[in-house]
Amino acid sequence: MFNDNEELRIAADTIRQAARERIAPLAAAVDATGELDNEVLSLLWDLGLMTLVFPPEHGGAEQSRGTLLCLAVEEIARHCASSALMLIIQAVGSYPLLHGGSPELLARLLPRIVKNRELVAYLVSEPGAGSDVGALRTTAVRDGDAYVLSGTKCFSTNGPVASLYTVLARTSEKGRDGLSFFLVERDTAGLQVGKIEKKLGQRGSQTSEMYLDQVRVPVGNLLGEEDKGFRLAMMDFDMSRPAIGAQALGIAQGAFGQMVRHAKERRTFGQQLCEHQMIQQIIADSATLIEASRGLVYRAAAQYDKGVRNTKLASMGKLFASDAAMKITTDAIQVFGGYGYMQDYPVERMFRDAKLTQIFEGANQIQRLVIAREILKETA
Amino acid sequence: MKHLSQEQKLTLDMVRDVVAREIAPLARELDEKSLFPYHARDLFAQLGLLNPLLPAEYGGTEMEIATLAMVLEEISKSCASTALMLIAQIDGMLPIIHGGSPALKEKYLRRFAGESKLLCALGATEPEAGSDLLAMKTRAVRQGDNYVLNGQKCFITSGSVADVISVYAYTDPGKGPKGISAFVVERGTPGLVYGRNESKMGMRGSVNTELFFEDMAIPAENMIGAEGTGFANLMQTLTTNRVFCAAQAVGIAQGALDIAIKHTRDRVQFGKTIAHLAPIQFMVADMATAVEASRLLTGKAAALLDARDPKATLYGGMAKTMASDTAMSVTTDSVQILGGSGYMKENSVERMMRDAKLTQIYTGTNQITRMVTGRALLFP
Repeated sequence: MFNDNEELRIAADTIRQAARERIAPLAAAVDATGELDNEVLSLLWDLGLMTLVFPPEHGGAEQSRGTLLCLAVEEIARHCASSALMLIIQAVGSYPLLHGGSPELLARLLPRIVKNRELVAYLVSEPGAGSDVGALRTTAVRDGDAYVLSGTKCFSTNGPVASLYTVLARTSEKGRDGLSFFLVERDTAGLQVGKIEKKLGQRGSQTSEMYLDQVRVPVGNLLGEEDKGFRLAMMDFDMSRPAIGAQALGIAQGAFGQMVRHAKERRTFGQQLCEHQMIQQIIADSATLIEASRGLVYRAAAQYDKGVRNTKLASMGKLFASDAAMKITTDAIQVFGGYGYMQDYPVERMFRDAKLTQIFEGANQIQRLVIAREILKETA
Repeated sequence: MKHLSQEQKLTLDMVRDVVAREIAPLARELDEKSLFPYHARDLFAQLGLLNPLLPAEYGGTEMEIATLAMVLEEISKSCASTALMLIAQIDGMLPIIHGGSPALKEKYLRRFAGESKLLCALGATEPEAGSDLLAMKTRAVRQGDNYVLNGQKCFITSGSVADVISVYAYTDPGKGPKGISAFVVERGTPGLVYGRNESKMGMRGSVNTELFFEDMAIPAENMIGAEGTGFANLMQTLTTNRVFCAAQAVGIAQGALDIAIKHTRDRVQFGKTIAHLAPIQFMVADMATAVEASRLLTGKAAALLDARDPKATLYGGMAKTMASDTAMSVTTDSVQILGGSGYMKENSVERMMRDAKLTQIYTGTNQITRMVTGRALLFP
């Protein structure tokens, strides 16, 4: 698909090789221990993948950032979805800073993030506000030259390990039009890591509650305009949803590779498993879903890179690729039979990892609403 | 569906009560720590539920299959692993009930009467013989008054905890299905070597074991039925067993659906409980319809087994395929309805999703059950 772009092809090859040689061997342990391997994290930084969407002078790509992010996420997720999640969260968490931070704030923080290899987490979800972002209750109250933030955030990926947080909080009682983003540094008094969750999958990432108790940040830490946070969050989605689609695509591709290899190696009823027509049906359906996912995801990313409104395609890519990943990983276990259910083989991990892609960055039910609304707007 | 008899009502009331008090509260811990449900074994033994199909003439309750299916559903709603222990128990005993000589039945079945806590297992699957059971390599060679068995079994449910195992081996490999015989093997038999217990994605409260037979001598009188009748006997057990797998799947699905429905009534987003949202209503409607259809099909297959109707094979295959596919989709959607919190261990639906996957695989993968069903329809 990228044969027409030499630069992207080279990038993909490089990442593919690194993922295969240096991430794949650690994936099972990352899942079992629930901790990301430091070697993997270092590799992601070494390859420049943690800052892909940053300005070029701070380690970002010159162009095609959205596509490059998707490529990197896909290649890594083929082997380890938890590792790929690091790239996504770094990009998602940084977005409000990159697109809403003042020049002074960016000048102060971006070199530091790159030099110290700091992680940025995204604090939006709350116990009472998941799909319904407008129901956020965390407050940010202006007090002199500071804002004071108070509230509880949940399901914060990298919450326990990040140095910087972009926090969405309520600055006025106007539903989704009363929300603003703030940059909060880890050491700020009143910011506390809460319970770390035990999850079904993507267990190499740590997800936690985060408590904000009278957290004071300077007014300069407001990202974008006051009360315009929801818009920033929506723009962030235009970048992140193709990336979630790419993660799902990578998981699906990884499970598909395992499925085909096993179907060729395993013999039943006197022939290779892959010679049975019912197995061929599964292989064909899986491959078709993967190709269709790839088309949607990268088209959404290409539009993002061109600066064209991609909201509909971004949601389509996320929706389709994540549903495909769930189906393909479920079927991959099926092709493995009893073996697939055992933790000695990676397909059960991929199945567990896939489920999250149907849920986060907007549950697939929300994606369908977004797609429909975009279509109804287009045809108004 | 016909109304429940007084006896069925009493049995189900007792089961519901014991599940609510003694089984449901432990389900999460069994899964997390991979603990075998010995407590449930003891309770079932006291209540006369541990050997439901043991014939009355050997001191058993000889429960109807239709009642047993409902019992398994009730248990599976809360803890599928506990139900699987009971299914393995029945599987291990059925070959003796179906095929054993009066003397063999007297010798073994009698031991399971009353409040016996002895456990059973069925040993058929091998590393190279899963769906394709005729590819088994275990051999039994007659030597004087004994058969000497050599070979290896894998994924044997309750293998390492069973006191009695019904084991399948070739006595005459040249004869294909007519060359397989079944043997009763007791714990402690010299040459019976236990391999490892598998680490599985789900059903983690049940034990799956590798078994090795190293010149294991079994008295000839322990052969189940005549030489060469093992495969037919195994097929008869699998036909019955598929209905139990279906009942278990219905229970898993219903358990997840119950949690999802409760969540839709509790969870407020967009200013009202999510039960008011049309996409959620449609999901719940589809889920409940599939569960009800699966339950009815399972009930029909069970009734046909009770009536010894030859159509039981056809309907058992249909019920197993339908109910397990339903369990997989309903649990996946239940996690979806709970959103991020569904992905977390504390809400049980992720466990049910992991448990559900096994029902598509064991006692004949759904590819095999479709084949069985298709052939039964096309070549009656």
